[in-house]
Amino acid sequence: MTAAQRKWIDVAVIGAGPAGVAAACAARTAGAGRVVVFDRDAEPGGILQQCVHTGFGLHTFGEELTGPEYMHRYIERARRAGVEFEPGAAVFGMEKPESRGDRQSAAFWVSSARRGVERVEAGAVVLAMGCRERPAGALGLAGTRPSGVYTAGSAQRLLNMGGLLPGRRAAVMGTGDIGLIMARRMTLEGASIVGVFEIMPWVSGLRRNVAQCLDDFGIHYHLNSSVRELRGYPALEGAVVEKIGRDGKPIQGSEEFIPCDTLLLAVGLIPENELTRMAGIGINPATNGPVVNDLMQTSCECVFAAGNAVAVYDLADFVSREGERAGRNAAMYAMGRLAKGGRDIAVIPGENVRSASPQIITGTEDIALYLRVSSPIEGKCRLEVSEGLFSADLRCARPGEMNTARLKASDIASLPHYIHSVAVRVKEA
Amino acid sequence: MERMKFLCVSCPFGCFLTAEHEGGKLTGVSGNACPAGERYAAREVSGPVRSFTTTARVDGGMLPRCPVRSRSPLPLSDFFAVKREIDGITLKPPVEIGQTIIKNVLETGVDIIASRSIPS
Repeated sequence: MTAAQRKWIDVAVIGAGPAGVAAACAARTAGAGRVVVFDRDAEPGGILQQCVHTGFGLHTFGEELTGPEYMHRYIERARRAGVEFEPGAAVFGMEKPESRGDRQSAAFWVSSARRGVERVEAGAVVLAMGCRERPAGALGLAGTRPSGVYTAGSAQRLLNMGGLLPGRRAAVMGTGDIGLIMARRMTLEGASIVGVFEIMPWVSGLRRNVAQCLDDFGIHYHLNSSVRELRGYPALEGAVVEKIGRDGKPIQGSEEFIPCDTLLLAVGLIPENELTRMAGIGINPATNGPVVNDLMQTSCECVFAAGNAVAVYDLADFVSREGERAGRNAAMYAMGRLAKGGRDIAVIPGENVRSASPQIITGTEDIALYLRVSSPIEGKCRLEVSEGLFSADLRCARPGEMNTARLKASDIASLPHYIHSVAVRVKEA
Repeated sequence: MERMKFLCVSCPFGCFLTAEHEGGKLTGVSGNACPAGERYAAREVSGPVRSFTTTARVDGGMLPRCPVRSRSPLPLSDFFAVKREIDGITLKPPVEIGQTIIKNVLETGVDIIASRSIPS
């Protein structure tokens, strides 16, 4: 293997999904010279290439598109803007950024069949690696380790891009959106869904998906219940499901054996941040993504981040919107023109808020603060960002549905000098 | 008079509606927090329609399947029959995004179109 040095890149984007492509496009539009998107898959588009269902683009394009159509529009737009794509190129290492004069620059390592292993330097980087699904190994399931257990997303890829139906009788563990969508998808392909089991007292996916993926097809879901044990070897023969009590513990004697040949896991998404850690960038424990400010800038000033690598979003439209912000600001940084506003003010998750992003606000631009509540409030409640930055009445607040607080740069910039943090909270009205 | 219960998906709030109808004509609705729920209920009782998506077989392309969708929503009750129609065809690349795959599928007045391109 040779380590060939390559031509300077102004803005390098890692990941060609909805965040990365939008970031690259915005970086070019903002004036960056060379913008290159690296992605390990054979073509750009990211996970949306396997999301054949509709529901993408309502906010951006005013119509409901499938994942591939949504990405097609963004990729075409990016190509027209002069963005270069390098598919089949896996970024496997990232160095701690170095200072060059008054600015930092980034260096990372890429492996591709076409060019071998390379060290790549860039004036700024946008991290847009997306997220991964929580795998079976992280769940502590008892019993055997049979074939037939898939994360919902890997089953989705097998079915939608490979034409392979994973099984005929499937149980779904968890109520993440991809699990709900796969329950419908497999039903349409002739498989039967024997049940969807959710450990929490609420569904973690969007309500729309409960109605249109489960209710429409007569698929039953069970709250406060979870898979405890797998049976069968070498192939899955069934799952033992148990009820969960109010204390969060399994109810003795509630076990039930559910025969099935497939188990789909839809039990959570985790931002992918190996590269982020390698670069020594600070990670927020609540989101599992890098700490970012309102410019989508990480703790390394030449590295920006967007999309599900930062925090898991509900909608691709929001991911693209945040990608645009990251790309534009990365371009400005690379050109030496990034005007950062005032001082850093920390955003602290308060009452009933599990996570909020960005975690630092500087008052440079108007932003959307995205947050998730810890537990659901079914009924009127109030979302507040302290110091009078934002307040709004909500009709309800659910952990599965992100809430947004729109903050004005001028309000942030005019906070008194002794304010170093603001709290965000959601409480019953 | 018939009674149906379903979740309204007009907005993220998601009211649980109870709708009463006679022959698909809405006669009463409860559980809705706003007028959008009534409009949604009227559509649902007259026969729900949804965007239909699946994949079609491709012979000799970069991928063995091509995602397809209905150009406009289809009656939910036609989903499985439309699926069988699509399973009966094999696409030959190149396929262009937006290309009509089946015109007026099962006389529904709705076309099935490709939702991505498959180069040869």
